[in-house]
Amino acid sequence: MFTSTFADALTLLATFDARVAEIVWLSLKVSGGAVVLGTLIGLPLGACLAVGRFPGKGAASVLVNGLMGLPSVVVGVVVYLFLSRSGPFGSAGLLYTPTAMIIAQTLLVIPLMAAIARQVVEDVWQRYAEELQVMRFSWWQSVTTLLHDCRHSLVVAVLAGLGRAMSEVGAVMIVGGNIDGATRVMTTAIALETSKGDLPLAIALGLVLILIILALNALAFALRQWAMRRYA
Amino acid sequence: MFPIQIRDLRFSPNGRAVLDGIDLELGSEGITLVLGPNGAGKSMLLRVLCGLVAPTGGTIAWGEGARPERGVMMVFQHPMLLRTSVLDNVALGLKPLGVPAAERQRRARAVLERIGLAHRASENAPRLSGGERQRLALARAWLTRPRLLLLDEPTASLDPSAAAEVERIIREIRTDGTRILMVTHNLGQATRLGDDIVFLADGKVCEHTPTQRFFTRPQSTQARLFIQGELPWRMAF
Repeated sequence: MFTSTFADALTLLATFDARVAEIVWLSLKVSGGAVVLGTLIGLPLGACLAVGRFPGKGAASVLVNGLMGLPSVVVGVVVYLFLSRSGPFGSAGLLYTPTAMIIAQTLLVIPLMAAIARQVVEDVWQRYAEELQVMRFSWWQSVTTLLHDCRHSLVVAVLAGLGRAMSEVGAVMIVGGNIDGATRVMTTAIALETSKGDLPLAIALGLVLILIILALNALAFALRQWAMRRYA
Repeated sequence: MFPIQIRDLRFSPNGRAVLDGIDLELGSEGITLVLGPNGAGKSMLLRVLCGLVAPTGGTIAWGEGARPERGVMMVFQHPMLLRTSVLDNVALGLKPLGVPAAERQRRARAVLERIGLAHRASENAPRLSGGERQRLALARAWLTRPRLLLLDEPTASLDPSAAAEVERIIREIRTDGTRILMVTHNLGQATRLGDDIVFLADGKVCEHTPTQRFFTRPQSTQARLFIQGELPWRMAF
């Protein structure tokens, strides 16, 4: 049973099963979209928290750190409420679409990416602050300069966001609905197929998921090694 | 902006007087070297002058007007080097001035020529040696054409040839019309570079005299002991 299930899963992958490919492609689109948005919002937000001096900065940092562990089902329910027909954005008709899934995953990854970015940028800011102040860098110029300088370290934040987005199941299940051919992604498909007893498909998708995460981590490792050699 | 008149300048964090009533006047030209034992307040004086630290007392009068928004630059003992090219690091100095990127690069190239680092413009700045890093930092400051340049031990831990090159650039910046106030522990360097010497001890100006006179006829006991290498080393606690 065990070996035959694995053999069937490998057959699905080797034959480029259309169902598997469709689910993987949608997963990459949804999680990739969420990570792009999360990068555009989360990294500057983290850098602003590191560089900025404003009342409540400590509380804001604690809040961002706390939201790192936000349960995905909670995010799913909140986004559901906003996008449902009676919610404030119900008229947009986004519920049970990949866009809704991207929104939910973006909200999940922003705190994680912001918290990592804040830590990375803050370490560099402590060393550069005086010189940037002497050069009369504005607050925003400091943020952009530090984000660029920390770009190789911030890959970790992006990867962490991608890992969080690709592996979560609760939020996308609630706002996407796990509709076959429309909103079914790897994690929701794995959960569904396992409950149905179609283990080969679940395992095939699980292997793809693990391979993607490993490949991205290998890429990040190579990038950091390259950066360390290049910038001494 | 000049003369800069410092009167009764004080900085006392947690009740400890780092600057204890500094009185000093700086004219518009030349290189003034700030000497003194560790913990005398030399670096803190520069930090207050460039606005990094607010004094707890006293006044600084900047010529006729208020403190200039621009025109005061400082080079630190360990300058900041971004993980990018030498050229981009130098051009960085012009970024807050709103100079377009192409013009920033053009001017940065020109100043790199003057400091002898043009051939390394496209290399990664963190790979530079200690002396080259200081030259880069000086170039970055020079590029902004400051009226007053504050240098905090720019040749500390450099070998003699690297220090000589840094000194050459400092002289050139002075010749270009920038007023320089520089902290050093190197008495030989003070005699080579300084037009006048400010000697600090215990957060006070003990002496402000022309360089030659400082070394031949020091007025204060502390300065005389310092020159003779006999001033007790004081822990800065």
